[in-house]
Amino acid sequence: MTAEAAAKPKKLVIICYSGELEKTWATMILASTAGAMEMETTVFVTFWGLQTFVKGKKRITGENWMQKMMSFMQRPGASHRPLSKMNFMGMGPWMMFKLAKKYNVSKPKELLEMSQQMGVTFLPCQMTMDMFGIKREDLIDGMGEPVGAATALQLMTEADSTLFI
Amino acid sequence: MEIKLKVDASGLSCPLPILKASQAVKTVESGELVEVIATDPGSVKDFAAWATSTGNALVESGAADGKFRFLIRRK
Repeated sequence: MTAEAAAKPKKLVIICYSGELEKTWATMILASTAGAMEMETTVFVTFWGLQTFVKGKKRITGENWMQKMMSFMQRPGASHRPLSKMNFMGMGPWMMFKLAKKYNVSKPKELLEMSQQMGVTFLPCQMTMDMFGIKREDLIDGMGEPVGAATALQLMTEADSTLFI
Repeated sequence: MEIKLKVDASGLSCPLPILKASQAVKTVESGELVEVIATDPGSVKDFAAWATSTGNALVESGAADGKFRFLIRRK
């Protein structure tokens, strides 16, 4: 049974929709562990989730004032995610990272890097990129080609498990 | 049989012991042994699940001196 299970890897698809710290954390823990479990793992990154995958040093993205304003109001990058509750102007995430360090919990950014090393595929949503004016060069290295809802659905129907986070 | 690689994941929280084990196992040859030491109580069930999923053999899984010890044979 074990040999059979190993012969045909299980497939996992995660729709990474949210941009908040706690949900990003959950996505990265599951993606990296799925990679370690040798599951074929694809993360479709869309809407607020895409902000996590913008390069950390990028402060402003977009072409027009609305896109620029949006990116200004939600600082991009895996290290700059706000909490959905108890954010307190960044005090909440700061305490979360303090606690994570104390209890040897990996941060989302580290888990993201490990996921990529373990062969997890991250696919940016083309429509989200267009709407927010995010270009390929704004996104972190190692992401797949931008795709749309049809590709995401196709992957989901073929997967053994699908998560919407 | 000798242990090819020893990994100390003491103090690390989920999912790090599994991630470290997975990375370590990939560096040894098929049939070779990797030992992982962890303190995360959840790792006992997690290592069993990981072994089932990957097809690597969990040769030993036990507790000693307040730590958990896992012996893995690469498939």
